[in-house]
Amino acid sequence: MSALLEIKDLEVAYGKILAVKGISFTVGEGEVVCLIGTNGAGKTTTLRTISGLLRPKSGEIWFQGTRIDKVAAHEIVSLGVAHSPEGRRIFPRLTVEENLLLGAFSRNDGGIKNDLEAAYDLFPILRERAKQPAGTFSGGEQQMLAMGRAMMSRPKLLMLDEPSMGLSPLMMQRIMTTVTTLQQQGTTILLVEQNAQAALGRSNKGYVLEVGKVVLSGSGQELLHDDKVRKAYLGED
Amino acid sequence: MDLFMQQLVNGVTLGSLYALIAVGYTVVYGIVQLINFAHGEVFMIGAFGALGTWSYLLGESTSIWVLPIMIIGAVAASTGTAVIMERFAYRPLRHAPRLAPLITAIGVSVFLQEAVRLFYPGAKSKLPFPQIDVVTGPAFKLGGVVIQRAALFTVIALVICALLLWLFVNRTKLGRGMLAVSQDPDTARLMGINVDRIIVVAFALGAILAGVAGVAQGLQNSNIDFRIGFLAGLKAFTAAVLGGIGNIEGAVVGGLVLGVVEALVTQYTQYLPFGLSAFGGSSWKDVWTFALLILVLVFRPQGLMGARVVDRA
Ligand SMILES: Nc1ncnc2c1ncn2[C@@H]1O[C@H](COP(=O)(O)OP(=O)(O)OP(=O)(O)O)[C@@H](O)[C@H]1O
Ligand SMILES: [Mg+2]
Repeated sequence: MSALLEIKDLEVAYGKILAVKGISFTVGEGEVVCLIGTNGAGKTTTLRTISGLLRPKSGEIWFQGTRIDKVAAHEIVSLGVAHSPEGRRIFPRLTVEENLLLGAFSRNDGGIKNDLEAAYDLFPILRERAKQPAGTFSGGEQQMLAMGRAMMSRPKLLMLDEPSMGLSPLMMQRIMTTVTTLQQQGTTILLVEQNAQAALGRSNKGYVLEVGKVVLSGSGQELLHDDKVRKAYLGED
Repeated sequence: MDLFMQQLVNGVTLGSLYALIAVGYTVVYGIVQLINFAHGEVFMIGAFGALGTWSYLLGESTSIWVLPIMIIGAVAASTGTAVIMERFAYRPLRHAPRLAPLITAIGVSVFLQEAVRLFYPGAKSKLPFPQIDVVTGPAFKLGGVVIQRAALFTVIALVICALLLWLFVNRTKLGRGMLAVSQDPDTARLMGINVDRIIVVAFALGAILAGVAGVAQGLQNSNIDFRIGFLAGLKAFTAAVLGGIGNIEGAVVGGLVLGVVEALVTQYTQYLPFGLSAFGGSSWKDVWTFALLILVLVFRPQGLMGARVVDRA
């Protein structure tokens, strides 16, 4: 598998505070790769840097053989990177359909209508509530909308920041199943999760972040059975 | 009754002018949270753009057919000014503390006034504004109510501009992008929206309406000078706050309310009892109008229509 995304020695700072301290990892074409780590480990910072919202202090980000760490955020979307941010960040006063269409803002092709239908097929509730202001949605519904919206740009790489945050077990299951569905449909996924069990179980690869550094990496199954991971992230002792 | 109706007509006319300018304050605020105090000058330059087009390109014709070209000239001047202002005065300060762009706005305002005064031929004193067939000339009479042609022009201009703006914001992709930026700029960037471009669009939209307002002002007053932007801008800003800053419909409603209140106050404070009428009439109108604004803001700090980022009501 060729690397779709490659992060090399990435450092990101907020003012003088270094939040990401030289991490490297790769995401292969067609994989689901999972970043886990405690609160404040730098997972969100890493994703925001990949999508161009933050600029690295040093290091490189390569996507499909193009260096993107100096490319503007709105252009990175057109290259094929979609980012469903932490906390969902749907546009509350726009309708569900308008939110989805915004996901396709960077596109000018004729396939947008079809992809809107595809998003509705993925999450039928979005079709039923298409004209409803998105701010009235429940957390789970908002998460579905955020994922559908991200898919509207037809990404090669979909980055999901804690999609299961605050969801009921049932809804979480639903979201995780969708991750696998999207992978089967050919989307590469970089997944940030607190819920290590569910995430690692369906990941090809995983990286464990602690205070801005990768402290452990391996296949999803390896990490699931690693003692340190079981203690720290699966609440076992 | 006629007197009341007359003041209502005057108020709506004045208010339409305020509304056309107020939209510019509100749209820009909704996108970048900046009160662009130089926007009054954008309106003033619109008026000069129309005058210049008429004097130098149209051979001072007074036929109705020159009006659209004058409007285009006004809009080109105002929009050009606003876009250059954004690019060179505000964009470098995008990440500076709030006070920096605010002070810059005041500086830009003085700069533009002086630039027009010094460089527009004859602008050191008042300049006559062309009187164009059909839109100026004998007023219409409806019963006892007099409706100036230029007043009608202003009101119709507001209706058309507001309608087009509504369609743009709610029915086009770029408009949807604007709504997204006003609600959440970072997430808007994740959608592939070029926020810098949206900001330029916001400045341009406000400037287009201000340019049209510049023509309306010239037709109504039959002369213009480099100072007209100051008070008009202040009133329009007040209207935007009154309606709820950031809310486009609010700016229109705020402008109309402010205009009508101003007209009624001018008329009726003359009849105050107990010698209070000394505090009435046109010399006191601004006192009463701003007193009303303060009152509204005490009880409805978010303005009449609710302050929010650029949004449909
Ligand atoms: N805007 C900011 N300004 C300053 N420091 C920040 C900012 N955002 C994050 N940080 C700091 O950077 C570090 C990494 O934060 P980040 O949000 O990337 O962590 P995370 O791994 O996503 O955590 P969580 O699991 O809680 O979402 C933390 O110490 C955090 O306090
Ligand atoms: Mg996070």
